[in-house]
Amino acid sequence: MSPPEPLTLFRPPFRNYQFDSAYDEMFISPGVPREHYQALFQNLLELPPEELRKSQQAADLSFLHQGITFTVYGNDEGTERVFPNDLLPRIIPHKEWQKIENGLTQRIAALNLFLEDIYHHGRILTDGVVPRELVYSCRHFRREMRGLTVPRGIYVSICGTDLVRLPDGSFAVLEDNLRVPSGVSYMLANRKVLKKVFPTLFRDYGVSPVDHYAQALLATLRALAPASSSARHEPKVVLLTPGVFNSAYFEHTFLAQQMGIELVEGRDLLVHDNIVYMRTTAGLRRVDVIYRRVDDDFLDPLCFRQDSSLGVPGLFNAYRAGNVVLANAIGTGVADDKALYAYVPAIIRYYLGEDPILANVHTYLLSDRSQRSHVLEHLDELVVKAVGESGGYGMLIGPHSTEAEREDFRRRIEAEPRNYIAQPTLSLSRAPCFLDGEVQARHVDLRPYILYGENVTLVPGGLTRVALRRGSLVVNSSQGGGSKDTWVLRA
Amino acid sequence: MLSRVADSLYWMSRYLERAEHTARLIDVDLQLRLDQSPEAGAGRWLRLLEASQVPPPEDGKIDAESLTHVLTLDRTNPSSILSCVAAARENLRQVREQCSTEMWEQLNRLYLQVNSTTASEAWLLHSHVFFRAVQEGAHLFQGVTDSTMSHGEGWQYIQLGRFVERTDELARLIGTHFGRLPHPLDQAVESEEYLEWVGLLKSCAAFEAYCKTYTAEIRPLRVAEFLLLNPDFPHSVRFSVDRVHGALVAIGELTERKAEQPARLAGRLCATLSFSQIEEIMASGANGYVDSVRWQCAQAHTAIQQVYFDYAVESALVS
Repeated sequence: MSPPEPLTLFRPPFRNYQFDSAYDEMFISPGVPREHYQALFQNLLELPPEELRKSQQAADLSFLHQGITFTVYGNDEGTERVFPNDLLPRIIPHKEWQKIENGLTQRIAALNLFLEDIYHHGRILTDGVVPRELVYSCRHFRREMRGLTVPRGIYVSICGTDLVRLPDGSFAVLEDNLRVPSGVSYMLANRKVLKKVFPTLFRDYGVSPVDHYAQALLATLRALAPASSSARHEPKVVLLTPGVFNSAYFEHTFLAQQMGIELVEGRDLLVHDNIVYMRTTAGLRRVDVIYRRVDDDFLDPLCFRQDSSLGVPGLFNAYRAGNVVLANAIGTGVADDKALYAYVPAIIRYYLGEDPILANVHTYLLSDRSQRSHVLEHLDELVVKAVGESGGYGMLIGPHSTEAEREDFRRRIEAEPRNYIAQPTLSLSRAPCFLDGEVQARHVDLRPYILYGENVTLVPGGLTRVALRRGSLVVNSSQGGGSKDTWVLRA
Repeated sequence: MLSRVADSLYWMSRYLERAEHTARLIDVDLQLRLDQSPEAGAGRWLRLLEASQVPPPEDGKIDAESLTHVLTLDRTNPSSILSCVAAARENLRQVREQCSTEMWEQLNRLYLQVNSTTASEAWLLHSHVFFRAVQEGAHLFQGVTDSTMSHGEGWQYIQLGRFVERTDELARLIGTHFGRLPHPLDQAVESEEYLEWVGLLKSCAAFEAYCKTYTAEIRPLRVAEFLLLNPDFPHSVRFSVDRVHGALVAIGELTERKAEQPARLAGRLCATLSFSQIEEIMASGANGYVDSVRWQCAQAHTAIQQVYFDYAVESALVS
C-alpha cells in the first residue's frame, strides 16, 4: 500500500471528519481507510457532493411517500416522523460477521434453555448460578407460564440483539431484545434505497442479500405450529398488532404484507372453547400461530392487565390448552432484564459448557451493596439504566448529565436498587455519515435479527442505528437517532 | 377477509369519493360565479352547504372565502376535503398490507399535497389548480387501484364504498336542485337559469355526456332523466346503484354467505330505477323520489354492516 497522503483527509467531502478515542469503522488512522472501506472511500472522493445530496433528497422523499414513519410518543397523538436514513453504508467483512453469527446463535440457544429451565425445574436456580430472587423479582417473570410446555421448547423465536463495537475493535452485546424487537423493516427499506443509490458499488462489493427475511420469518412461525393444526390444513399464521397508533405500525403492516399473512388487531380475534378465531366477512376462521407485536401485559385482559383493550379475552387459556402458539412466548422478558443480563455469560457456560463467543459489557448490579456505593460515587462517569425499560427511555448518561439529573437518579436508585443497573460509558464505534453536504463521523451500534424455528437463522445484515446528533451516544429512533444500511460482505 | 379490513376499505373508498365530489362542486361553483352577477349566485351558497350536509353559519353571513374554507381545509368539518382525504388515508393506513404499494403511495401523496396546501393557495391564487389536483388525485387512485390490485373481495368493497357514496351524493344534489324551481320542466331554459342547470350537470361531471345524448338544449326533465336513469353514465344514480348491486352479488359469492339481504335490497332499488319513467317521477315529485332512493341506499348500507362487518358472534358459531 502506498504511504498515505497527509492531505487526503482534508479534501472534501472529508474536511470536517473527526477522530476521537472511539473505534472508527472506516479509517485505520486519519486518512487511511480500512481495506473493506477503500472502494467506498474512493467513490466519495470522486463523487460531487451535489450528487450525494440529490440522492439523499430522493431517498428522504421516497421514505415519506412510502409512509415509512414511526410514531413519537408524548407528542400529539399519532405524530408521524420519517425515520432518518443515512446514505453511506456500514460495511462488515465476512469474517467479522461469522463471529457475530456464531456468537448470537450460541446466545439464543442458551437463553431459550434458560427460559425453559426457570419455567420448569429451575435447576440453574437450585445450583446457585443465577440468584433465585433476581428471577422472581423481575417484572417480566410470568408465574402463569410455570409448567407450561411450548412447541419445540422455543420461547424466543424472534430476537434482535444490540451489539456495539468497543475501542479495541471487538463486538460486545449491549442488550438482548427478547420480547417484541422492532426495526427489521428499516433494514429492508434501507437496502432497497441503497441499491438504487449505489448500484455499481453495491455489485462490486459483493454484498450478502437480506431480502429473504420475510420468508425466513414465515418459515420460523410455521415451524412452531401446534401439532393439532397440521392434520387439518396448512397452519394459519397471523400478525397481531396493537394498532395504527403503535410506534412500529408501519413495520407490522410491512411484515404482514411481505409474508402474505393477515394483520389482525385484538378486536379481530375471539376465543371460543379455547380455540382462537378471527372474524372475517365469510364468518369465523381458526388461527394457529400468532406472531404477536403486543406486550405480555396487554395480551389477555382476563389474565394480565384488565384495562387492556388491545388483547383478546381468553387468549391465554387457548395458549395453555395448546390450541394456539404465540411467538415470542409469554414471559421471555425475564431473560432480557438488564440485571439478569450480567449473568448471561454464566448461563451460556452452564447450559452449553462453552465460553461466550461475544463478550458482555461490564455491568454493576445495584442491588449489591458494595457495587451500589461504587456506582453512586461515580455517577458522573457511568450510564445508569432502568432494568425494564427500552427505547432509550429511563436512562442517565453520566458524562452528559446535570447535577440535578444525577441527584434524581441517586434518589431513585436508593429507593429501588433492583430496578437499576450501571455500565461504564461506552465509546461506541463511529462510522461515516453524510450530513450537511459532507462526511462526518457519528456513533453507531448494530442490531442483527435472529430467527429460531426449525434451526437458528440469521439474515446477514441488520439495522445499524446512528446517533445523528454530534457527540450523542443515544441511537434510539425516539431520541434523535437514524439508521443506515448494513453491508455484510460475501466470503 | 377480516371484517375490520373490509370495513376500512369500504370507508376509505367512501371518504375519497366524497372528497372528489366536494372538490368538483366547489370548482364548478367558483367557475360559474365568474359568469354571474353576485346576487344571482348568492342563493347557491346555501344549496352548496345543504348538498354537503354542512349546517349554515348561525349569523347567516356567508361569503365565498369562508365557505370555501369550511368545505376545503377546515379540519373541524368532517366533510371538508382535507378531513375526507385524511380519513381515507387513515383507513387505508390501517389495512396497508391489503392494498398494493402503489395505491398507498398515491393516496399518501394526495394527502401530503392537500395537507400542505395553505388557505391562500386553495382560495386566492390557484383555486382551480387545487380542486383539479384533488379530483385528478382521486381519479389516479382509482386507476392505480384497478390496475394494481386483485379484483377480488377487497376490490369489491372499494367499489361498493365508492358507489354507495356516489348514489347518496347524486340523490342529494338532484334533490336540492329540483326542490327549488317551478320552471316548466320540458322546455329549454335560458340565461341565468341555463347557467344553474349547466352547473348541476358539471357538478356531476355530466355536461359533455348530456350533450352527446340530448344535444346542448338544456331541459330540466332531460337533465333529471339523465342524472337519475341513464344506465351508461358513471355519475348517474342508476349506474351507481347497478354497481352497488354488482359488488354485493360478487361479495355474496366470494364469501359463500347465505345472507342475501344486502344484495336483495340493492337489487330492488336497481329494478325500481330501471323500470321508472321520468314523467311519472316528476309528476309525483322529484324530491320524494330521491329521498326514497337515499333511504333504500341507507338500508343497504345498514345491511352490509350487519352481515359482513359487525355480525353477532353467536350466529357465526352456529353456522
